[in-house]
Amino acid sequence: MAASSRAQVLRLYRALLRESQRFSGYNYRMYAIRRIRDAFRENKNIEDTEKIEELVNKAKANLEIIHRQVYLLILQWQGGKQMSIGYYWPTVFHAETGY
Amino acid sequence: MDDVHQNLPESSTRGNLVEQRTLFVSVAPAAMPTAKPIMKPIFILSKQLAVCVLQDPRVLDSMLPYLMTYYGNPHSRTHAYGWESEAAMEKARRQVADLIGADHREIIFTSGATESNNMAIKGVARFYKSRKKHIVTTQTEHKCVLDSCRSLETEGFQVTYLPVKRNGLIDLKELEAALQPDTSLVSVMTVNNEIGVKQPIRDIGEICRAHKVFFHTDAAQAIGKIPMDVNDMKIDLMSISGHKIYGPKGVGAIYVRRRPRVRLEPLQSGGGQERGLRSGTVPTPLAVGLGAACEVAQQEMEYDHKRISLLAERLVTKIMNEVPDVVMNGDREHRYPGCVNLSFAYVEGESLLMALKDVALSSGSACTSASLEPSYVLRAIGTDEDLAHSSIRFGIGRFTTEEEVDYTVQKCIQHVKRLREMSPLWEMVQDGIDLKSIKWTQH
Repeated sequence: MAASSRAQVLRLYRALLRESQRFSGYNYRMYAIRRIRDAFRENKNIEDTEKIEELVNKAKANLEIIHRQVYLLILQWQGGKQMSIGYYWPTVFHAETGY
Repeated sequence: MDDVHQNLPESSTRGNLVEQRTLFVSVAPAAMPTAKPIMKPIFILSKQLAVCVLQDPRVLDSMLPYLMTYYGNPHSRTHAYGWESEAAMEKARRQVADLIGADHREIIFTSGATESNNMAIKGVARFYKSRKKHIVTTQTEHKCVLDSCRSLETEGFQVTYLPVKRNGLIDLKELEAALQPDTSLVSVMTVNNEIGVKQPIRDIGEICRAHKVFFHTDAAQAIGKIPMDVNDMKIDLMSISGHKIYGPKGVGAIYVRRRPRVRLEPLQSGGGQERGLRSGTVPTPLAVGLGAACEVAQQEMEYDHKRISLLAERLVTKIMNEVPDVVMNGDREHRYPGCVNLSFAYVEGESLLMALKDVALSSGSACTSASLEPSYVLRAIGTDEDLAHSSIRFGIGRFTTEEEVDYTVQKCIQHVKRLREMSPLWEMVQDGIDLKSIKWTQH
C-alpha cells in the first residue's frame, strides 16, 4: 500500500470535519469538530510512516463511525420535523428544526 | 436524504429564544400522535452529568451490530450465534480489565454500580460471617453502599461509619484505629459523586493490605477519568458503572481479585454464569458498549482531563470573582475537577435551581432528590445548614463546551445577584449584623 501522502491526510481531515458538521446534536457536533482538530494538530509532526499509516487507518474508521452516527440521528427525523435529539443550545433552539 | 438537509441552517444563529417553563424540554408537537414526547434537558452541564450523561457516539456504534444482527445468547455453546456474542462479550471484558490493570477473568458484568456495590458488600460480609462480623465504611458513601451496610446491620453485622474531615477526605489514622481483628471489608469510594473529592486510595489500600482486610472501592465516578490500577492501589473489589463513562445505562461491572482470592456469596442465584458470582444472561450489546466506553475512556483520558480541568477552573474562577460569599465544598486539591459543588450563602437553593432551570442542575442528589433535605454528604463534611441548602453541583464532562460553561456562569451570577437583592438575610449581612447572633423567635 502506498504511503499516505500529505494530500491524502488533508483530504481525510476535511472529510472528517465536513461529516462532523452534519451532526444534529450540538454537543456531539462540537465535540467531534474540536477533537478532530486537536488530534490532527497534535500529530502533525510525526515522521514515522508506520505510525502515520496507523493513524490514517484510525481516522478512516472514525470517519465511518461519524458517518453512521450522523445518519442514524438524521433517520430520527420524522417528516422533516426533528425530535429533540441530542442537547440543544437554548438560545438557538427552534421548535421546528430543533437545531 | 438531500431534501432533509435543506431544512438545516448552515450555521447556528441566535434565533428566537424559546422560554422553557419546565425543567426539561418537551418537543413533541401535537401533530405527532405516535411519537412519545421526548423530555430532554437542554444542557447536561449539571449534577445530572454525574448521574446521567450523553452516550459517546463511538459507544453506540460498537453496540449496533449486537442490537441488530448478532443477537445470539453468549452463553450458548452450541451454535455460531452464541460464539459471536461470546467473543464480543469476552472482548468487552478485556477492554474493561485493561482500563484498570486487571486480568479479564476478574471482571464480572452486572446491571450497574448499585448491583456491584451490593454484591461486594453483602457478598463479602456474608461469606466470611462465621469469623468476621465488622465492616468499615465512610459517611459520604453512595446511598446504595450505606443502605447495604444498614441491611447488614439488621443481619447482625457491626458497621463503623467513618466521619470525614471538613475537606471531605477521611483521616487515615482514624481508619487504622477503626480496623478490628474481625473486620472483613473496608469500603471507600474513590471520587465522591456530590463534592468530587478524591480519597487517598493508594494509602487506604496499603493499610488494608497490612491488616489483611479486603478493600472495596466504588469507582463509578473515577474510572476512565483518572488513572486507576488495582494492583498499584491494592484494591480487592471495585464497582464500575457504564453510564458514568459515556456508555449505556443498565450495565456495570465488578472487579473481584483472584490473587489473593476474594470470595463472595452471590446475590443472584441461577445458571452459574460469570464465575457463579452473578447468574443471568449477560446483555451482550450493553456489555460491548461498556467495553467500548472503557477503551475510548482510556484513549481520551489525558485529553479530557486537561480540558475538563480548564473548564472547571474557568467556571469556578468566574463565579467567585463576580459573586462574594461562595464556598466550594470539598478539598480544593484532592478532587476530580469535573464535579464542582458550590454553596451560595444567603441564597435559597431551590429558588436558584428553579431560576437556572434551563441549565439542568439540581441540588441534592438524584438518588435522594425527592426530599428537600440537604444532602447527607454536605452534612458529613460539616457544612452549616443554610449553606447546605443553597448548594449547587456542577458537572462538567467530555462533551461540555466553553459556551455552555460561560452561559451557566452568566446565568448563575445573574440569578444569585437577583435572589440576594430579595434576601433579607443578605440585607442584614450588608448592614454588618452577625447572623449567628440573631435569636429567631417562633410565631
